[in-house]
Amino acid sequence: MRFAGHRVVGDILELAARYRSEGADELVFYDIAASPDGRRVDRAWIERVAAVLDIPFCVAGGIRSVADAEAILGAGAEKISVNSPALENPGLIDDLSRRFGSQCVVVGIDSQTEPGASAPCYTVQQYSGDPSRSRAAARATLEWLSEAQDRGAGEIVLNCMASDGVRAGYDLEQLAAARALCRVPLIASGGAGALEHFRDAFERTSVDGALAASVFHSAAIGIGELKRYLKTSGIEVRL
Amino acid sequence: MTTVAIIDNGGGNVASVRFALDRLGARSIVTQDASEIAAAERVILPGVGAAPEGMRRLAAAGLDRLIPTLSQPLLGICLGMQLLCDGSEEGSTACLGIFAGTVARLRPPGALPVPHMGWNQVDLCGSSPLLAGIGSGDYVYFVHSYALPVGADTVAATDYGGAFAAVVSRGNFHGVQWHPERSAAAGARLLANFLSLDA
Repeated sequence: MRFAGHRVVGDILELAARYRSEGADELVFYDIAASPDGRRVDRAWIERVAAVLDIPFCVAGGIRSVADAEAILGAGAEKISVNSPALENPGLIDDLSRRFGSQCVVVGIDSQTEPGASAPCYTVQQYSGDPSRSRAAARATLEWLSEAQDRGAGEIVLNCMASDGVRAGYDLEQLAAARALCRVPLIASGGAGALEHFRDAFERTSVDGALAASVFHSAAIGIGELKRYLKTSGIEVRL
Repeated sequence: MTTVAIIDNGGGNVASVRFALDRLGARSIVTQDASEIAAAERVILPGVGAAPEGMRRLAAAGLDRLIPTLSQPLLGICLGMQLLCDGSEEGSTACLGIFAGTVARLRPPGALPVPHMGWNQVDLCGSSPLLAGIGSGDYVYFVHSYALPVGADTVAATDYGGAFAAVVSRGNFHGVQWHPERSAAAGARLLANFLSLDA
């Protein structure tokens, strides 16, 4: 139930401005209920975000076509992230990267962990934004990651669902397995609960970025504090 | 109140550039019209995409002939900067010939991915009023696969498996390979410096 019961976290613009001031390098806006509900992200709020933010941001949720992506990028987002619609139609990744360049096409993967005979088994989960419709996509996570980058994904956000929301650390084993295959920037997602979790992800799996939500929303970890900690741990960060 | 003409060359970052100027209190227009561009106090040539298409669009609007004749401060951003160079390897494109050198594909050794995407540091190697308040080691935001090699016009360089020109200046013409509209305080500073150049 990690993903169930999403919290509404205050006014988006206020939060975006706060994270920017604290030193976030990039923000990702997820309308996670968009795909299960069959709706699109609203362009008007993207423009409002673009007007206040002077750092890059990515928009995810319900992007099903080149036209959807064009509207979002035209409104001022740097990147678009596709997840469930790319599973329905993998050719969407090719279309988006041909039209806009792979640098702005992020593929998000929600990955579930099941115990395997010798090693854990990772499978892709679809529509994870809605517990009643969430389902296994009958694809192995690492195969889907390889396919997505072959089709033109410029970045992969790997959300390890077994870790997500429990704040016990990123899934280092899964991230390391993904890193070994992933030639494009790989972003760790799911599990951050303490400063050391971020350090471990960078040091032990060589991910290019670490994404977190609840620890920042709840102010359990400040972004400025986190970046200073990483710097003193010898990890290159922008302060 | 300064008026900035942002050349609408079909790139996706026009909106972001305009918002960045709004935040600095500068009045701007987005246009392809040669007479509006010629009359503006300052001109910005943004651009995201490929060089051949960028030059084709400029030529279609007659701007390939106009831009080299402009005498007001002009800033090229990302592809916009590349189009101000002699040419680009990308599609073997002849460009506007303002900055010396040919834009080349990034070929970092090892496993560094191309496009070069993300925050990276600038290293100042010349003086330009555009760089007031910006220091070596400051981080700015890049998204590109091609770059101008360091040359006579380079005032700041960035290293990504090899150095390339991050900021160039020649007379009233300036260019940044990175995105000041998405580079937090350093980007706002560069744009503010551009807005205060003598017009």
